[in-house]
Amino acid sequence: MSASSVIFYVISGFILATALLAVTTKKIFRSAIWLLFSLIGVAGLYFWMQMEFIAAVQIIVYVGGIVVLIIFSIFLTQQSGNEMQKPSGIRTIFSILAVCIGFTLTYLLIRPYIFTPSSNTPMEVSVKNIGSQMLSTTEHGYVLPFEVVSILLLAAMIGCIVIAMKIKPEEK
Amino acid sequence: MSEIPLSHILLVSTALFFIGMYGLFTRRNMITMLMSVELILNSVNINFIAFNKYLYPDKLDGVFFTVFIITIAAAEAAVAIAIIINLYRSHQSIDVEDAGEMKF
Repeated sequence: MSASSVIFYVISGFILATALLAVTTKKIFRSAIWLLFSLIGVAGLYFWMQMEFIAAVQIIVYVGGIVVLIIFSIFLTQQSGNEMQKPSGIRTIFSILAVCIGFTLTYLLIRPYIFTPSSNTPMEVSVKNIGSQMLSTTEHGYVLPFEVVSILLLAAMIGCIVIAMKIKPEEK
Repeated sequence: MSEIPLSHILLVSTALFFIGMYGLFTRRNMITMLMSVELILNSVNINFIAFNKYLYPDKLDGVFFTVFIITIAAAEAAVAIAIIINLYRSHQSIDVEDAGEMKF
């Protein structure tokens, strides 16, 4: 067992343990912090797969953006120290059952499948390559989804402002 | 990284997906449900990156899909939090059981 595989199993265990804590802790603020650690672990997995650009995007957008947004909304909507009510016993049992069955089914599908690794020469995943292919208008370019996503972001931004805007009482 | 088979990475992402699903089933608080959705989206991203790295190293499509998923996840979180704050103003609670007006 080489150092690389040891690192992989350590990162995987870290991701799964913190994710499990994030969905089971009683306090909502702690849940957000465990989610933060889990997302950092996923970024570590991207680093391990030598996808530095995606790992950087993951840290910037998730850790720097979404988790901070979630923590702010926790502060705005409820007492962060309060304990959440426990889910009812029957719901917990059936959720565990459904999740275990789903995991086993997927495991049985993945296990016997033989993936044939590609022998093509790997392409360098540099920011230059990603940018030039994303914005190219040739056959394998991604400029149309890029534009669609930018429109979607604009629509989401305007929608957020409109939804969260406080409606003033009618002025005289 | 070549000595780890692809199926191990897929198992990690599957486990992450079902942990998120467990949170979505058991939690009744909207913010924690949103966190579970983020976990699920992350597991999908791991899958895309792993397939791109192992099976199609000469292409970049998995990277683009991941970037788009991260973008859409950010937009989704922002809209969801705007809705949650608005709901809190009108119901003084963010529990999904308390917001049952549109149930039927």
